[in-house]
Amino acid sequence: MKAKVIAVIVAIIALGAIAPFAGSYVLVLMTQALVLGIIAMSVDLLLGYTGLPSLGQAAYLGMGAYLTAILASTYGFGLGGGFWVVVVLGMLAGAAAAAVFGLFAVRAGGVYFLMITLALGMCVWGLAYRWNSLTGGDNGINMPGRPEFGISLSDDLNYFYLVLFFFVLSLGALYVLVRSPFGRSLVGIREREVRMRILGYNTWLHKYLAFVIAGAFGGLAGVLWAHLTGIVSPGDVILTTSVDVLLMVVLGGPGTLVGGAIGAGVVTFLREYLATVVPWWQYVLGAVYVLTILYLPGGLMGIPARIRRRKNAT
Amino acid sequence: MKLFSKVGLVAGIALAFAVPAKAQELRIGFVAPMTGIFAQIGKDMENGFQLYLDQHNGQLGGAKVTFIVEDTEGKPPVAVRKAEKLIRQDKVHMFIGGLLASAGYALAPVSSRLKTVYVLSVSAADDLTQRDLNKYPYIIRTSWTSSQPHHPMGQWACEQGYKRVVTIAADYAFGHEVTGGFQKVFEDCGGKVVQKIWPPLGTKDFGPYIPTIKKDADAIFTVMVGPMALQFPKQAQAAGIKTPIIGGGTSYDEFVLPSMGDEVLGHVSALQYSAAIDTPANAAFVKAYRSKYGKVPSYYSESNYTTAQMIDEVMKRNKGKWPGPQQFIKQLQGLKLEAVRGPVFFDDMRNPVQNIYIKKVEKKKMFGYPNEELWNTIIKTYPDVGQFWKYGKDKFLKQPVYSRDFPPCKYCE
Repeated sequence: MKAKVIAVIVAIIALGAIAPFAGSYVLVLMTQALVLGIIAMSVDLLLGYTGLPSLGQAAYLGMGAYLTAILASTYGFGLGGGFWVVVVLGMLAGAAAAAVFGLFAVRAGGVYFLMITLALGMCVWGLAYRWNSLTGGDNGINMPGRPEFGISLSDDLNYFYLVLFFFVLSLGALYVLVRSPFGRSLVGIREREVRMRILGYNTWLHKYLAFVIAGAFGGLAGVLWAHLTGIVSPGDVILTTSVDVLLMVVLGGPGTLVGGAIGAGVVTFLREYLATVVPWWQYVLGAVYVLTILYLPGGLMGIPARIRRRKNAT
Repeated sequence: MKLFSKVGLVAGIALAFAVPAKAQELRIGFVAPMTGIFAQIGKDMENGFQLYLDQHNGQLGGAKVTFIVEDTEGKPPVAVRKAEKLIRQDKVHMFIGGLLASAGYALAPVSSRLKTVYVLSVSAADDLTQRDLNKYPYIIRTSWTSSQPHHPMGQWACEQGYKRVVTIAADYAFGHEVTGGFQKVFEDCGGKVVQKIWPPLGTKDFGPYIPTIKKDADAIFTVMVGPMALQFPKQAQAAGIKTPIIGGGTSYDEFVLPSMGDEVLGHVSALQYSAAIDTPANAAFVKAYRSKYGKVPSYYSESNYTTAQMIDEVMKRNKGKWPGPQQFIKQLQGLKLEAVRGPVFFDDMRNPVQNIYIKKVEKKKMFGYPNEELWNTIIKTYPDVGQFWKYGKDKFLKQPVYSRDFPPCKYCE
């Protein structure tokens, strides 16, 4: 376990060290992968630890992103030190939306949970698309620029480090969370909910809290996303974003936290580079997903364990 | 005197050596939807540009063109990502394209942020070259603003003696701006828009809307996009509507026209291009395009073909050397050329001033093709129409951008 933690820390430091030497487009992709990594980890909390496959996580990303964009474009707020306030507000917005949606979603499990989160996610998309006066409808909202407080975040490298900072913070917080007694009981619920209930756990409340926490990290990813792309539009909040994030977790390995982040990185880079090489890149990505699910149920993070098992067997 | 001639001689020699160096490279990025519901339109856009390149050995103004196409999937955030890739990784001199208004609004800030030329070859959102232009010093538009052809359309409808018109338009920014332009001029001329209906973009069944159309209207003005354009005339005919139908450019452009039937005969629309413009330049263009891609060019194709032609002209003036973004925009804006669509020049807000054609759908033979087909026959030409119509720039910019609520529906019953 300790070796793994050290490996992750080394990887993060290495990432920070190579960033200044990366090409300007690669840097943007790295930043993007980290933001998606945050939301992928939030989905992993639900899918990997609690056993709840959420197909509506883009909704919380949308809450954070639209909140950031509306505050910045309409009120000019959050472009200085106010940015930190916006981060907190974004997380609260994600959590609040999840708190409402959770009331409906957490009652169900399995496929029904999938369907309800999907439907609720579409509601947020519908709002973003139709509520013209607030969200700009199909046109979305252009961000007036990135925040500046002592350091200018318009510089892509600075922004990368900021996102890396939030990524590490999220990873740390979620790591502590899943190893706490609360996190352990989530795993218990995933394995056998009835038994947990008989043992006296309020499983509904546990699941509900996990759902709200995941929403908060989704909101955080939204705030960072808005400043990264410079535009917030219904295209971000759409179902495919939720599906992508879920697939990143499956690809990386559910129940590992960093797996989601690795999945995010692989998908981001694969998508950008494949798209320039072959026009039918979506098939390649699809094949990668299918093969992972068929032959690597533990995702990319499961590979070392498989190799070890293979070795032990022979 | 002697000194001068010596200096002149030296300068002349220097020039002679400097200019005819080896061919320069011009890197052009192209963003358009290549997958998703708008993929076919994206293909039309790309084909238009590609045709011009092919006809000129892949060179524009002596520069060898590297043409890189990226798929936006019809989503603004993806368009932004692809534009960033084109600029940061492929180091393009400029990027072109963007289909929907939303793509234009998303891409324009990228051009400002990364100081790269963005040529709007289709995206028609009015405000990009109107109230928002100051924010975007690196954009120039080679196509049209949504309301530009529909100001004359309002005038024309008024001159036909139509007094009461019902509008039915796709409920998004483009539909609002087209309808707004039509309504403004039509009402200023004395007509009345008595009812405005807003079906959502992508409506497939107009059953619920058609019965509500006022029976005593003199004409129906439609703004349809993509498959909607095919559906509405069919259902209107089936419902026995005899009221004349007129429309915005996209209701009958050549992208949808070949899939239409006799139900659209006699319908009238307005745009800066029709495949049926009877000039040698257009005949050559239509024939070349059709023999290569198997279909009649739409305005999407023409607009990108002409964009390539404009870049060609600018690059010729610089002998194939990239003049830098500011100079490029300035020189492009100063162009005055004979395009396939007719004469084009630019106003001081970097939007084209051009002919607007009022077109009627007719079934006939054209350009020597053997079969009778539907063509947008030109029945009236308004020359040199700019984006402000006859209101003048200052007066026009004082009013808000056309929207669902502007101009207000004063005469709605």
